[in-house]
Amino acid sequence: MRLTCPLCGERDRREFYYKGDAIALNRPAPDAGTDAWDDYLYLRDNPAGVTKDLWQHELGCSAWIVVERNTVTHEVLSTALASDVKKATK
Amino acid sequence: MRFSAWQVLKNGLTGNKGWTPHWRSPEPKKEYDIIIIGGGGHGLSTAYHLAAVYGNANVAVLEKGYIGGGNVGRNTTIVRANYFLDGNSQFYSHSLKLWEKMEGDLNFNAMHSQRGIINLFHSDGQRDAAARRGNMMISQGDDAILLDREGVREQVPFLDFEQTRFPIYGGLYHKRGGTARHDAVAWGYARGADQRGVDIIQNCEVTGIDIENGAVTGVQTTKGPIKAKKVGMVAAGRSGQVAAMAGMRLPIESNILQAFVTEGLKPCLDHVVTYGMGHFYISQSDKGGLVFGGDLDFYASYASRGNLSTAEHVIEAGMALMPMIGKAKMLRSWGGIMDMTPDGSPIIDKTDIDGLYVDCGWNYGGFKAVPASGDCFAHLLATGRPHDVAKKFRLDRFRTGVDILDEEGKGSQHNLH
Ligand SMILES: Cc1cc2nc3c(=O)[nH]c(=O)nc-3n(C[C@H](O)[C@H](O)[C@H](O)COP(=O)(O)OP(=O)(O)OC[C@H]3O[C@@H](n4cnc5c(N)ncnc54)[C@H](O)[C@@H]3O)c2cc1C
Ligand SMILES: [Zn+2]
Repeated sequence: MRLTCPLCGERDRREFYYKGDAIALNRPAPDAGTDAWDDYLYLRDNPAGVTKDLWQHELGCSAWIVVERNTVTHEVLSTALASDVKKATK
Repeated sequence: MRFSAWQVLKNGLTGNKGWTPHWRSPEPKKEYDIIIIGGGGHGLSTAYHLAAVYGNANVAVLEKGYIGGGNVGRNTTIVRANYFLDGNSQFYSHSLKLWEKMEGDLNFNAMHSQRGIINLFHSDGQRDAAARRGNMMISQGDDAILLDREGVREQVPFLDFEQTRFPIYGGLYHKRGGTARHDAVAWGYARGADQRGVDIIQNCEVTGIDIENGAVTGVQTTKGPIKAKKVGMVAAGRSGQVAAMAGMRLPIESNILQAFVTEGLKPCLDHVVTYGMGHFYISQSDKGGLVFGGDLDFYASYASRGNLSTAEHVIEAGMALMPMIGKAKMLRSWGGIMDMTPDGSPIIDKTDIDGLYVDCGWNYGGFKAVPASGDCFAHLLATGRPHDVAKKFRLDRFRTGVDILDEEGKGSQHNLH
């Protein structure tokens, strides 16, 4: 698998660290309650199909990247800097 | 039909014409007491235990594909009871005891082979950890022997003991550990359940779970609706999708685990050997192939096939540990969809929906659990109460933070196990 880092271009999967579902961008407030934290930390949609997850270009520029991909075909649909995605959702 | 030496002899002499199918292929009834979703090892074992131990055979197992087509027929078949944590330790100990009597109970040859497992260690710190684990195993009533380097060398002389990366200091030897024929375990439980009246319905995908007033009433399937008083979800890597039919989200992310096998060779490896530092383990199948694997591909996937980078990593580790495998030709590699929980331990519990139960989160280690998981899940379905050895496998442990079962001490987070 190859992922396109928005800064470095297309790179081998070995250069990236996988964090998990891009839910990690939506951290609840500290006092949001157990259910909100359970949703954020543990519960997952875990789709067989298109998903968005968070990777870091660890052996490259270190940028955090939101990768939209298909978990069944391993097709990568789009990548974007996590910081841009975060700004756009504010 | 009962298998016996006499039957083998008789059928051998009469052209093998006397063998009959191992289970029926019934049409689904309109209603059952209990429906099991998923005909993998855990689903079949649950159905068998419901009928054989807990006295309820009005049960159907609904399998979307064929029996043995899921992880139960894709794993590297290691069976062991070398867990450390209170909660895991009792459960896997119970499971190994059930393995030891399974073939007699089922009248089926699962080729369970207690050939022994050697977990290697490579530093003083790891030796201490292995001794501690071994003591826990012994105090649980299981077996463990701490081997020094020469002790390991006596048994598996062909390893590279002086390798520069992780020189071998010794190993924790678990004699009762070993392997089994994975398909045979599925077939044996399917046959045993069928003989006791359970309906095993293949090519029957569950497409919906019917819930009225907070209680389950049945399921929708590709063979029509079927009513049930209780429903157990046992879909391993597909647990997330099945739970979604009941409007639930689970603490599970599905990842791929790969395995590899070489051409058949003369017997050369008697034990199961694990090389944790390199993320590699190996055994030799009864057919002669060297069966080996390593770590997950470490990202969410349902592809049933892995990535080259992981294959490369596994094979590098294999060459470092056991250079002679470089002479063997690799025949095949494949992947299975693993239901990974944040702490790496399973879930056997009721849900917030009345009559709906879940058995999942087997990660990369659910084959050895097949007998005990079936026993414990059947106990829960039949009595409404958790089995003593599975009380800690709670669904809400992540939300509450109580009794997280982080066997590997890595942290309770999705990408760590
Ligand atoms: C490569 C590899 C190596 C492994 N090595 C080991 C090992 O050495 N030791 C060990 O202990 N464990 C090992 N495991 C883990 C073990 O195989 C699994 O944890 C275990 O088999 C999972 O339980 P199961 O047998 O019930 O799963 P499965 O056999 O996957 O059963 C689940 C079933 O549910 C069915 N299903 C899904 N959705 C639906 C639906 N909607 N309707 C109807 N049916 C449905 C599926 O078709 C499937 O047959 C390994 C796994 C892999 C992939
Ligand atoms: Zn980059």
